[in-house]
Amino acid sequence: MRRKTFLGAAIAVALTLTGLQASAQEPIKIGEINHFKRMAAFAEPYRMGIELAVDQINEQGGVLGRPLEFIYRDDQGEPGEAVKIAEELMTREGTVMLTGAILSNIGLALSSLAAEKHYVYLASEPLADALVWDKGNDWTFRLRTSTYMQAAMLAEEAAKTDAIRYATIAPNYAYGKDAVAAFKENLLALKPEVEFVAEQWPPLFKIDAGAEVQALERAKPDAIFNVTFAGDLAKFMREGTMRGLFDGRKVFGLLSGEPEYLDPIGEETSEGWIVTGFPWYDFDEGAKKDFVDAYQARWNDYPRNGSIVGYNTALSVAAAIEKAGSTEAEAIRDAFVGLELDTPVGPITYREIDHQSTMGAFVGTTAVRDGKGVMVDWEYRDGADYLPPDDVVRELRPAN
Amino acid sequence: MGLFIAQLLTGLANAGALFMVASGLSLIFGVTRIVNFAHGSFYMLGAYVGYTLMQVLPGAFGFWGAILLTGIIVGLVGVIVEIVVLRPVYRAPELFQLVATFGVILVIQDLALMIWGPQDLLGPRAPGLKGVVRILGEPVPKYDLALIGITPFVALALWWLIARTRVGILVRAATQDREMVGALGVNQSWLFTGVFFLGCALAGLGGAVQLPKGGADLLMDFNILASIFVVVVIGGMGSLPGAYLAAVLVSVLNVFGVTYLPQSTLVLMFVVMALVLMIRPYGLLGREEVAGDPGQSGEPERPIKPAGARVRLIVAAGIALLALVPLIAPPFATVLVTDILIFCLFAASLHFLLGLGGLVSFGHAAFFGGGAYTAALLVAHADSPMELALLLAPLGAGLLALIIGWICLRLTGVYFAMLTLAFAQLLWSLVYQWGDVTGGDDGLVDIWPPDWASSSTVFFYLALVLCVGGILALRHAAHAPFGYALRAARDSKRQAEATGIDTRAVQWGAFALAGAMAGLAGGLFVFAKGSVFPNELEITRSFDALIVVFLGGVKTLSGGVVGGAVFESVKDVLTRFEYWRLALGLTIIAVVILAPEGIVGSLRRLGERLGLLRAPEDGS
Repeated sequence: MRRKTFLGAAIAVALTLTGLQASAQEPIKIGEINHFKRMAAFAEPYRMGIELAVDQINEQGGVLGRPLEFIYRDDQGEPGEAVKIAEELMTREGTVMLTGAILSNIGLALSSLAAEKHYVYLASEPLADALVWDKGNDWTFRLRTSTYMQAAMLAEEAAKTDAIRYATIAPNYAYGKDAVAAFKENLLALKPEVEFVAEQWPPLFKIDAGAEVQALERAKPDAIFNVTFAGDLAKFMREGTMRGLFDGRKVFGLLSGEPEYLDPIGEETSEGWIVTGFPWYDFDEGAKKDFVDAYQARWNDYPRNGSIVGYNTALSVAAAIEKAGSTEAEAIRDAFVGLELDTPVGPITYREIDHQSTMGAFVGTTAVRDGKGVMVDWEYRDGADYLPPDDVVRELRPAN
Repeated sequence: MGLFIAQLLTGLANAGALFMVASGLSLIFGVTRIVNFAHGSFYMLGAYVGYTLMQVLPGAFGFWGAILLTGIIVGLVGVIVEIVVLRPVYRAPELFQLVATFGVILVIQDLALMIWGPQDLLGPRAPGLKGVVRILGEPVPKYDLALIGITPFVALALWWLIARTRVGILVRAATQDREMVGALGVNQSWLFTGVFFLGCALAGLGGAVQLPKGGADLLMDFNILASIFVVVVIGGMGSLPGAYLAAVLVSVLNVFGVTYLPQSTLVLMFVVMALVLMIRPYGLLGREEVAGDPGQSGEPERPIKPAGARVRLIVAAGIALLALVPLIAPPFATVLVTDILIFCLFAASLHFLLGLGGLVSFGHAAFFGGGAYTAALLVAHADSPMELALLLAPLGAGLLALIIGWICLRLTGVYFAMLTLAFAQLLWSLVYQWGDVTGGDDGLVDIWPPDWASSSTVFFYLALVLCVGGILALRHAAHAPFGYALRAARDSKRQAEATGIDTRAVQWGAFALAGAMAGLAGGLFVFAKGSVFPNELEITRSFDALIVVFLGGVKTLSGGVVGGAVFESVKDVLTRFEYWRLALGLTIIAVVILAPEGIVGSLRRLGERLGLLRAPEDGS
């Protein structure tokens, strides 16, 4: 009898110990929702960036002594589906917070859910300004350099030229409209004599490039502000170059320098555009180079813009949880406010005032090198310098 | 003047690929009566295959050779699809095949991703045609001119094939009367396969020929789908000259739209289509549809009867079990089942229209989204409480259905379906474009239930009551005199009218009722998700409902509900896999082949065979 009790006690102690050990080893799970199929070209490099950072974080002992783990789920590009998956991740999979989305509408749907259910949501890639301003809320943070910031960077460059008559071409949806509005606002503030002589709004991914080029040519602008991207951009560059639209004109291209968009165009890249992008091929020193090397070693592939966003997403999450000292939603949220961390592109801060990170972007000029489209003469612009003044932000963000 | 000519030429060049793809769709529909949703996928396949071939084959000869070869390869893929997927289901209810083609879309999407990778491919330029020619001082790409020259040649070759050869005679005869052609000893299945080859080859050609103006990407299939349907409908289903005329009309109008009304391009072609159909109900050069009975070929439907005591008991037990979900299942199950319930109501509303009314709507999302936006707009702009919004959502959608139904019901069959699609697209572009009120594609967010209903459990019960209530109401309507009149109008319009039934009014009422119920589902959806975006009005949403109704079984009363529940559950499981589209597509195709009467219909037959259910007395 006694023997049995002793054995029982020993087993109980052993079980408790293994149990304790298990809990120490149990990963901290993060729910990552994205359009892995619908936007595979953008979501895959992003996922690879996250994985690289997670590997590095876990090699150095993880977060709060526990390994970090991202759970990836495909939302089919549908907001309703994303909301359902978010619920599942948070209530069934035991994730402590949510990240992800590229499409703005899905980012907004998740952000609204986050505020309602008190989940922390780091909107890593969606660009909509509404995420942090108009519809901003306490539970949502945004990493990527926003539409407004990138447009402001290009407007600054545009103001330096002597172009007066501008034409714009942007996909006919919220991102395109936000971008044109932000570019106009910033450029007119810097150079009031500028005129906007034509606005073209091709439907997203269904551009009729020939017709758009004719319409732009008809307005005889000095400069063009381009917001089209992906396949639309390729067609626009091809038709525009062929029909001589860009001859003698300044062109400013939002995101046009990102490898995601330039690589498919290759040697047909229009040269001399001033663009925002990610010139990884010319990173030859410091943390930037380390990132590129590690990425290439890990994946045998080169990083895209999505890769650095994914990498910084995982870094931000780890830093926030470390700062919070716990995986409670409220603690993580409080940790994100004003969170500062170092990333390969430079230090960033999640601003207290609107939860936007100050991650910046690279501004440079397009060129063709060895048959590939690249950015030259680039420079990293800190995002903090391209946001509106605080009183304006407060007005833009009713949640405050 | 120079600009005008140049614009005209751009439009004509754009019409080239569009015509080739659309004429293929038109041919296939004309002969086989299959609405081939996968036609866009064959176009995409053409672009990818053409791209690969052009990398391998050198020079101008290689370029043009690659285009021709692409046509043949894609045509052969079409043949495989026809033989493997469609042949087994020709006997199924008409339009059932479109579900199979939807499965094909999903399969091709994932296969293309596997083979060619996610990155967009920029099409190679045509050797020798890289530059521009100046016409009245305006630059016109040489390749555009080549396209303008080639297209009429393709059109003529097609015309010659159809009008001057024996194959053409058979094709035309089959377009007129399939059964007669069969009775005259023509091997129908090879005729169908041949037409499928030709149609898909044309789609492949279209995909390859547009490469120098664009490229290949994974979104091409859906992006062209709406345009080719519009072209085929404007031209008249089955009419090749009509398709050419319509392709030119749509493309040229679009070019001028880009210049003079830049924001109009989203909606322009749907406006044109709606206008053409209102003035010429069968398209510019189409002929009145031969009176078939849509949705009703194959075995005639059994008369429906109110459920017996045993079935009622089973259903009651099922609902009671559902009511227990929040108590016994993990929390997420509650959310999932709420979603499924809402989708079931949406599917049931379409089933009512389609199964009982024989009215195939391709635009049912208009009412789901209409209800969703009615509720969301009320909350966003009038701060109305959820209770009121949920009451007004079905009314708003019903009103919308009254208006759209009044216009669309002038047409029948596929033209009716296409006009509903056009109106759904019009509504979509209105919502998408009118950002100040609807939030555009940034949608309306932060629309959550009030505190008392904010827990998933309470909201689940709310959804349960409203969805089950709605479904039972639809069932009740089916058994009421209204339902009898509706089926009479479906089965024989003439006889129904002779007995004094105002068929038009009955169908109009059914359209409004179905719209209202879809609107209720939409209203619930908004509060379940807290936001609404134009996605809820998209073509894919209409297709979702259409597919589950067919998968569930058109000719059974519970097909919509069962199909919705099964499909949503299967999707929830499959989307966890990396290649879920492939898995889902294959599942759909398997169900289509194994259960051509839909899930419910096939289960019933199985039950009868095993002696569990009583076969109907008359043996039909």
